[in-house]
Amino acid sequence: MVVWTEQERAFIQEIFGKLNYEEAGPKALSRVLIVYPWTQRYFGSFGNLCNSEAIIKNPKVAAHGKVVLRGLDRAMKNMDDIKNTYKELSVLHSEKLHVDPDNFKLLADCLTIVIATSMGTSFTPEKQAAWQKFLAVVVSALCRQYY
Amino acid sequence: MSLTAKDKAVVKAFWGKISGKADAIGQEALVRMLLVYPQTKIYFAHWPDTSSNSPNVKKHGKTVMGAISDAVGKMDDLLGGLSKLSDIHATQLRIDPGNFKILSHNILVALAVNFPADFTAEVHVSIDKFLSAVSAALADKYR
Repeated sequence: MVVWTEQERAFIQEIFGKLNYEEAGPKALSRVLIVYPWTQRYFGSFGNLCNSEAIIKNPKVAAHGKVVLRGLDRAMKNMDDIKNTYKELSVLHSEKLHVDPDNFKLLADCLTIVIATSMGTSFTPEKQAAWQKFLAVVVSALCRQYY
Repeated sequence: MSLTAKDKAVVKAFWGKISGKADAIGQEALVRMLLVYPQTKIYFAHWPDTSSNSPNVKKHGKTVMGAISDAVGKMDDLLGGLSKLSDIHATQLRIDPGNFKILSHNILVALAVNFPADFTAEVHVSIDKFLSAVSAALADKYR
């Protein structure tokens, strides 16, 4: 069972509080498609992904980035049971979407970088530690139903 | 995933922008790594203090970033240029090469925090490739 300190909970609430979901989601998803281009394999139906500009302007990427962020919001609101909150999402990613679970970490890292650019120096090492712990729990929950 | 001409140009241009703050970036990246990935502290058990105030941490962050900045000028032959450093890491330091990726990630975070407008996705991919190439060159002599 994941144990969260009060400090960690506070940091994670603060980070989500400062996040503009409508911006951060699209930014994180477009970043992962640019920095790790093999992830584009999952988005064949999204249209033009042929260069960075196309990816950043792609409306389906933007829409899906928002979907991902809203999913993370659910994890934040159920921090003491992310495992069960994400059970169906995990089955979806494994059975239907067939996403290589290594890719979850790539998106997590890109989201961390996007948050670092928007929070700047207020994204202290201590906040980064809490945030990455949260993302590690999310990634682990998403991986659970793969077998 | 070799460095293209475009990658090299992007890395050189971005490093030009950050050169004044390179030491501070190195120090910040090391502080973040030691806090966010506490297992990395095992390599610094000989330091009494691994916090952000530690003079050891500050000095070492500068040393590491200095070597990486040097590597920017050696991108056409990283294996040759980093050969001696690879010997040291392989035979004396024996740092598990998995940790190069961890430090690289924290360098990226430090860059994002300090240069939010310049650290675009296009810059990010070239810098990430550069740091991966440096890591591979550092691990070259391991076995």
